[in-house]
Amino acid sequence: MTTDALAIDDVSHSFGRVQALKNVTLNVPPGRFTALLGVNGAGKTTLFSLVTRLYDNSSGAIRVAGYDLRRKPSQALARLGVVFQSRAMDADLTVRQNLAYHASLHGIGRRDASDRIAEVLGQVGLSEKAGDRISALSGGQQRRAEIARALIHRPDILLLDEATVGLDVKSRAEVLALTRRLIAENGVSALWATHIMDEIQPDDDLVILHEGQVLRRDRASEIARGKGLTQAFLDLTGVAPA
Amino acid sequence: MSDIPFPPRAWITAFLGIARRETLRFVNQRGRFLAALVRPLVWLFIFAAGFRAVLGLSITPPYQTYVLYEVYVTPGLVAMIQLFNGMQSSLSMVYDRETGAMRTLLVSPFPRWFLLASKLVAGVVVSIIQVFTFLAIAWFWGIRPPAIGYLTVLPALILAGLMLGAMGLFLSSAIRQLENFAGVMNFVIFPMFFASSALYPLWRMRESSTLLHDICAINPFTHAVELIRFALYAQVNWLSLAVVLGCLAGFFGAAVFMYDPAKGLWARRKGGG
Repeated sequence: MTTDALAIDDVSHSFGRVQALKNVTLNVPPGRFTALLGVNGAGKTTLFSLVTRLYDNSSGAIRVAGYDLRRKPSQALARLGVVFQSRAMDADLTVRQNLAYHASLHGIGRRDASDRIAEVLGQVGLSEKAGDRISALSGGQQRRAEIARALIHRPDILLLDEATVGLDVKSRAEVLALTRRLIAENGVSALWATHIMDEIQPDDDLVILHEGQVLRRDRASEIARGKGLTQAFLDLTGVAPA
Repeated sequence: MSDIPFPPRAWITAFLGIARRETLRFVNQRGRFLAALVRPLVWLFIFAAGFRAVLGLSITPPYQTYVLYEVYVTPGLVAMIQLFNGMQSSLSMVYDRETGAMRTLLVSPFPRWFLLASKLVAGVVVSIIQVFTFLAIAWFWGIRPPAIGYLTVLPALILAGLMLGAMGLFLSSAIRQLENFAGVMNFVIFPMFFASSALYPLWRMRESSTLLHDICAINPFTHAVELIRFALYAQVNWLSLAVVLGCLAGFFGAAVFMYDPAKGLWARRKGGG
């Protein structure tokens, strides 16, 4: 039996009296692209904050590559690559400096980091931008740099929280295609949070999250069967998707 | 933290990475370096010169003789550099949190106390560079402590810098928005600086108000100043050393608590989508 790249079991989370997540259970099998679909406010970012340990999961269990996040936080976090919804790189530093910083935060020495930076920048097509400051990059290039940063320590799973937000249509398509290609090339899994229906392909695993609850999880083609994904989402949530 | 999957060398790598980033940011922000120098120099060149005739000083340890006001005020200005540097670090932490850059740090597999301590130490190194630049300029202005003082002051600078930086870390965890930082200046930095022995000795305070004297005497910044003042003359003020160590432990412990995902600030913050 293979270990899931990510297993979330019966996780709930509240902010005061507001319950943001209710008994969420989902898994990301190894090597799979799993889409987490939900409208704004569905709880996607809260779930990501729990998985990345920005918040503490006080109920249920989260395991990354088999490591329990509460009992083995370092082992679990070492296997996560994260692309946050908003910019998480230092705009005043160059792409290379940012990646070197991130590599050091994973204990990767300078020589190994240098090789790895060249490799991941090549993968995301930013080799020639290595010496440019983040603030000088376009939105799409910044996203690609973030993906390179997330890959630098060879994670088992990539978490991408609304990674295409704020990008134009062309850049959005490029970032999505790049992510899918990198996942295939690097053999990592991905949990792709989005509110955009077009970003999901029939072969993807799909989790529909609404008002903090998982309403459905299956292969996207299964959920869409007979009526299409848009109608299926509408039937489940009562809300029209983007 | 038995689950840390890294050898000791990786910890050093992580620390050096954090220190390198802080240094790069410092180098990129030359205005910050200049501001950190100009502030105490204005006090030394203008304020101290103006008050030299007004403020009489009796012989008070660690001085063996009467000293000029500029000489008295120099350790206070050194501590001022470290105080402002600590607050600058705090400001950059709040900024990083608002822009999202801090999440990169916090999702590192290294424990948070280690990440925060690394950031703290890196900030202190930057402040010590500023301090020695200031002391070099002050030397040309005639402020010349014994040569050994430049060496013996180093441990005091490290401890005072760590304490003030830890205080900044703690404050950064409590400040929710960048806009609130002005409040910190008004309610923390200025009262701490003025209600201390940085500008005038405590006996002078007692002449004006016993209550004010007592407030100054318990102010941790007073003890940072006195630790530096004594160390600059190759002496140890044991009381100040104890207070600075105690406050360092307290502030750092509070900062680690506040940055803990299960407690403090992060537990209270609400996410987006």
